[in-house]
Amino acid sequence: MTRIGVITFPGSLDDRDAQRAIRLAGAEPVALWHGNHDLGGVDALVLPGGFSYGDYLRCGAIASLSPIMSEVIDAANDGMPILGICNGFQMLVEAHLLPGGLVRNDHGSFICRDQRLRVENNSTAWTNGFEAGAEITIPLKNGEGGYIADTDTIARLEGEGRVVFRYLEVNPNGSLNDIAGIANERGNVVGLMPHPEHATEEGFGPDTPAAMRNGTDGLTFFTSALNALSVA
Amino acid sequence: MPVIVVEVMPKAELLDPAGKAVAGALARLGSTPFSDVRIGKRFELTVDGPADDKALSAARELADTLFSNSVIEDVVSVKVADE
Repeated sequence: MTRIGVITFPGSLDDRDAQRAIRLAGAEPVALWHGNHDLGGVDALVLPGGFSYGDYLRCGAIASLSPIMSEVIDAANDGMPILGICNGFQMLVEAHLLPGGLVRNDHGSFICRDQRLRVENNSTAWTNGFEAGAEITIPLKNGEGGYIADTDTIARLEGEGRVVFRYLEVNPNGSLNDIAGIANERGNVVGLMPHPEHATEEGFGPDTPAAMRNGTDGLTFFTSALNALSVA
Repeated sequence: MPVIVVEVMPKAELLDPAGKAVAGALARLGSTPFSDVRIGKRFELTVDGPADDKALSAARELADTLFSNSVIEDVVSVKVADE
């Protein structure tokens, strides 16, 4: 069975939700610890959401220097599928595995909502199961989710199709170009602010027109990684 | 022991919501001579030894790599604190 690791950092909150999502997608979740130089032989990795180190210094900055991050960076460069969700996205940016930065929401408040997104790139390791241009709804909850980068970086990301997710209807945090998530050049490393792991089981996800809390659009992230690994 | 002070500010072109919130409170206080507030960070590094060029250069290196993120912040000063 495919094994997907979830790294727990001091202050991670959504590590168990990510493990559950991996199980629901049909893979075996493997709990990993930030302080070990050991990825446990996993096939893919999730850096979960939360508030590592209380968001001290900058969100994700201290966690990006954890012992395990040297193995994460090597694995990313070797092509392992790696997904950073929310605080995990902030860590990937601070570790320079993805470009740009995340700053406090432009309206100054924490925001929590069911967020519509467009999947702009369905060729990454974490989005290959979506139709091109698919519109999905998954929860979003952050205080510092405003994506910024310099003009050249934004142009490069747009030109190379590396904007993977874009906010629809509402830009919840002032992100440039409504960017919700991006990928590295190879498409194996993806980071986004919204939370796919919270939309993987009927009864526990966002509302849909069909029923309350029925949304499972996030499950495709994890089944996509299984696809990517089975064809690799 | 000597102390090296590093100051980091959010980039001028970026909105600083924390500073903006404080500026709003100033406005509620009534008339002040201040039109804006920006909030940054100050790091005080206690030097194990003399605050010489070597220590300053190590502080500058850390200021650029750890204490600030050049995408969102600028290092505005690295200097030895007055005794």
